[in-house]
Amino acid sequence: MPLTAAPGPAGCQLFGYVGIEAVLDQMKIKTMKTGFEFNIMVVGQSGLGKSTMVNTLFKSKVSRKASQPSQEERIPKTVQLQSITHVIEEKGVKMKLTVTDTPGFGDQINNENCWDPIIKYINEQYERYLREEILITRKRKIPDTRVHGCVYFVPPTGHWLRPLDLEFMRRLSKIVNVVPVIAKADTLTLEERAEFKQRIQEDLKTHAISVYPQEDFDQDPDDRVLNDRIREKIPFAVVGADQEHQVNGKRVLGRKTKWGIIEGERSPLHPQPPPGYRGSARGAGELHP
Amino acid sequence: GSLPDQLVKKSIKQGFCFNILCIGETGSGKSTLINSLFNTNFDDPVSTHFLPVVRLRAQTYELQESNVLLKLTIVNTVGFGDQINKEDSYQPIVDYIDAQFEAYLQEELKIKRSLFSYHDTRIHVCLYFISPTGHSLKSLDLLTMKNLDSKVNIIPIIGKADSISKTELQKFKKKIMSELVSNGVQIYQFPTDDETVSKINTIMNGHLPFAVVGSMEEVKIGNKMVRARQYPWGIVQVENENHCDFVKLREMLICTNMEDLREQTHARHYELYRRCRLEEMGFRDIGPENKLVSLQEAYEAKRHEFYLEMRRKEEEMRQQFVQRVKEKEAILKEAEQQIQNKFEHRMLMHQGEKLKIEKKKKVLEDEIALFIEKKANADLLQSQASVSTPVSLKRDKDRKKNKGFRLELLCFDVRDEEIGNVHKQSKREREKLERERNSPRESQK
Repeated sequence: MPLTAAPGPAGCQLFGYVGIEAVLDQMKIKTMKTGFEFNIMVVGQSGLGKSTMVNTLFKSKVSRKASQPSQEERIPKTVQLQSITHVIEEKGVKMKLTVTDTPGFGDQINNENCWDPIIKYINEQYERYLREEILITRKRKIPDTRVHGCVYFVPPTGHWLRPLDLEFMRRLSKIVNVVPVIAKADTLTLEERAEFKQRIQEDLKTHAISVYPQEDFDQDPDDRVLNDRIREKIPFAVVGADQEHQVNGKRVLGRKTKWGIIEGERSPLHPQPPPGYRGSARGAGELHP
Repeated sequence: GSLPDQLVKKSIKQGFCFNILCIGETGSGKSTLINSLFNTNFDDPVSTHFLPVVRLRAQTYELQESNVLLKLTIVNTVGFGDQINKEDSYQPIVDYIDAQFEAYLQEELKIKRSLFSYHDTRIHVCLYFISPTGHSLKSLDLLTMKNLDSKVNIIPIIGKADSISKTELQKFKKKIMSELVSNGVQIYQFPTDDETVSKINTIMNGHLPFAVVGSMEEVKIGNKMVRARQYPWGIVQVENENHCDFVKLREMLICTNMEDLREQTHARHYELYRRCRLEEMGFRDIGPENKLVSLQEAYEAKRHEFYLEMRRKEEEMRQQFVQRVKEKEAILKEAEQQIQNKFEHRMLMHQGEKLKIEKKKKVLEDEIALFIEKKANADLLQSQASVSTPVSLKRDKDRKKNKGFRLELLCFDVRDEEIGNVHKQSKREREKLERERNSPRESQK
């Protein structure tokens, strides 16, 4: 094992192996035992593919439509919030995933203050956590229902962000991590997509909306480099696909259309879901102290 | 990467804090053991036996192995067990541990807090060095451990264990453990709930207390250099498990349970401290009507209470101040009055005196005026007398010159009568003198 003397408060030279790095394994074991909690919220008008997107992201039927398959979809009169929790497991790591959907957002004729129920919900979760934290006799592990990330679906108009989008993102980026995505990106050609992204980035900068990953939270130069690369691609253009098809002898998740099969997970065409997945996983990692 | 990996990566970037407290008598082998454990030469000066009180000395070091950065703080007790009266020996230690908890609590209660970058100084483990007497625990040991077991994870260690033989050691260990149990001392138990480590931890729990030997000197055994202590009768190898439990201690402390020690400190010892401290400050979870009271409400209530108290005190002080001012004013007024009286009295006296003096002055002036008048009269009479006898005027004048002016010889008297008398007397005498002179002259002729 390479041994170095760190230039610390007292420059100490290690003469032999001590075993300090074993603490990393100890930590891993501990985190695997306690598991993770991850709460995301999806916001956008109906018909943008939110539920399909969530299913694709976690490769399982976790959306609210999955849990109510036969019910008729009716556009509600006010914004509702529905949370569904699932426990998913991968390689021994358990994650309690809660997806909060917001049917009715942006669907009315008059959408003024349609973000209020959402802001109220987010603040309620913070309040609940705070109450637990400042108890005299507090729980060993406080249940974390705070919203870790909010995925905002932008309709693929190809033009600019709409006033509703700007208003929402401006208010919410102050209290939660907002990840804007271009929904149903298969309706835009690659050039249109690039232009749209460019315009959206400019729009966000003009209105001083800081979306995830926020520049203020870059911890060191390495972090900044990594985050800058991600920031270049914002907003992510996504295509949700939760049905499997055969392509070149492989089974892939994709959308079958008359002009071809759009693969959900092919990197050059769609930067998502892998970076999106990483984004959400990173989000989880960074929100757990 | 997977979620656990992300977390681990973040912790690596943050760095780890680990704080060890070593309690033991001077010369029990604390510094050497720490040096051996971490394979470094921590700069730790040797202390004397003559310190009046127990003090704690904390030093922080940064160690790096592969990509893991460890901020290690070693806290040593200096002068433990050296005093003649050891009743207060454990108190500075308890105070130090509490102070670290308090610092963390303060940070946690701040409104704008930065727990993420907070340098955690809470003691994660306490290595208690038992003297290798071979008999039993000292009463100081029991007293100290009893006062610390609810505040810190204690791992008892027999220091300088190469002075005890193998059979003695077994008996010694058993005696120590039974004494700890019978006195209700809670020492740290290596966790046995996770199957990856439960087996080894259970075995290690049975080997407590660890009998250790430390050394930074190297001796050649076979063709290797190993750390050991060389005696005329043999060589005690630090890392030989047959010779001492050093390897076990290192394994348990660092490789297997460092994270658990940190977690126990935070989740158990710190929470207990926090609960006691907040209750001490008057906060409760259940309010007077048996309803859940949030800390916020309790805090607001307390703040209101303090505010009212402050207002009350302010009012009290204000009243006191007004009272004092009144009193002072009264005193001053009275003094003023007194002075005024005195002044008037003096003025009267002064006036009286002045009148008297004026009177006297008047009298004196009158007398002087009178005297001048008399003098003028006398002068006049004198000049008249010299005119009436011209022959003898010259002689008279001579005589007068020779004999002086009789009038001048006479003393002045303020009384009128006397001047008059003197006048007459002088006149008679002159006439007499003249007759006498005239007669003998006449007879001579």
